[in-house]
Amino acid sequence: MTDLKLELKEKIIEQLNLEDVSVAEIGDKDPLFGEGLGLDSIDALELIVMLDKDYGIKLADPKEGKQIFESVETMAAYITSKKAG
Amino acid sequence: MKKRVYINSVGSVSAQKTFENTLFLEEITSYNDTTMGVINPNYKDYIPPAAARRMAKGIKMSTVSSKTALDEAGLDNVDAIIVGTGLGCIDDSEKFISAIIDNKEQFLTPTRFIQSSHNTVSGQIALGIGCKGYNYTYVNGATSFESCLIDAMIQLQLEEAENVLVGGVDELVPHHVNTHRLINHIKKIPVESAHLLASKTEGCVMAEGAHFFVLSEKKQASTYAELIGVRTYNILAQNQLAQTVTAFLKEHELSSDAIDLVVLGYNGDVTFDPYYDLLAKGMFADTAQAYTKHLSGEYDTAGGFAFWFASKVMRTGTLPAVAHLNKVAITKPKTILLYNQYRGEYHSLVLLRQC
Repeated sequence: MTDLKLELKEKIIEQLNLEDVSVAEIGDKDPLFGEGLGLDSIDALELIVMLDKDYGIKLADPKEGKQIFESVETMAAYITSKKAG
Repeated sequence: MKKRVYINSVGSVSAQKTFENTLFLEEITSYNDTTMGVINPNYKDYIPPAAARRMAKGIKMSTVSSKTALDEAGLDNVDAIIVGTGLGCIDDSEKFISAIIDNKEQFLTPTRFIQSSHNTVSGQIALGIGCKGYNYTYVNGATSFESCLIDAMIQLQLEEAENVLVGGVDELVPHHVNTHRLINHIKKIPVESAHLLASKTEGCVMAEGAHFFVLSEKKQASTYAELIGVRTYNILAQNQLAQTVTAFLKEHELSSDAIDLVVLGYNGDVTFDPYYDLLAKGMFADTAQAYTKHLSGEYDTAGGFAFWFASKVMRTGTLPAVAHLNKVAITKPKTILLYNQYRGEYHSLVLLRQC
């Protein structure tokens, strides 16, 4: 789980071109949208595609996204649960 | 009587340190290559990181260049934004298309696509300054920038606008360079900047840059020069060139004797530089001559660098020795003619006058 969180942080930085953000600056529970990293709707699309491409997980219900992409921790938990299932 | 059009400010990001607008080629960067990238300003000084992270390089260069021009003109906004580009933000276009191929048309996200369209630059500048006026992008090969000048002149002369931001931008990207190298449009062997015209080989030294200007109907303290005329020609045979230039000058009640400085678009391509030789050794043999592509490299909107150069010459009254082509001395030129073409096509004539 810790490795997955680190991997997700690295992917988020690379995928979303967050040049000024380091892995250490992203807390596991920091909000990704709004006040935290300040991501927006285009970033949400990038994250949905990342889940599909890198982890083979298709988001069946887009409404789930709000909870899944709340933080790195929620993303990692979702990926882990999908893989276990 | 036609209203006058003034160049009230300039901004440039190029292979020289032109983003420092107070300087005028005091410090020359020499290259020994077949391509030349720009000297990057610190983009963070101009663009908030959150905005910059999705910007293609062409947008970043244009943002810096346009901000520099707007600041110098003392303007927060303009009535129109007109941008010329041969290839748009081709870097993102290449990445988007590569992603389509690599991922077998799956997993496509919108970011690269949004940024890759040709009119992204004019749109981003408009969003940045909140300009809801006329917004247009010309994609006319090597006359893209000059087409913008024509449009801006018309807008100002018809009193459709008072201040127009005009610019040209093109990026240097690997795939484009590779394909153009294959067809000999780019030199095979590196050439030192100072020896560009002596290379006597096919192709050019390809480069990139962004150059923006505020054109206005009113003269002000920052004014560089008056823009008198612009004309573009898609095709022009060598035997038509002299008479075409003569006719252009006549339209503005001038003869070749009235030109104090001619800026020629020599790019070191042995096949097409003879166009410039015709003027340099013909009707302008006794006129001071300058060239700029050993400093800027070649790209569709390299005419923007020459326009920046001519504006600076007009303002400072000095012709930098590094760009002086012949031995005819010149100080404080009153009238400057720019002539450019690319591979025998996309010819343009631009005329500036001291004011």
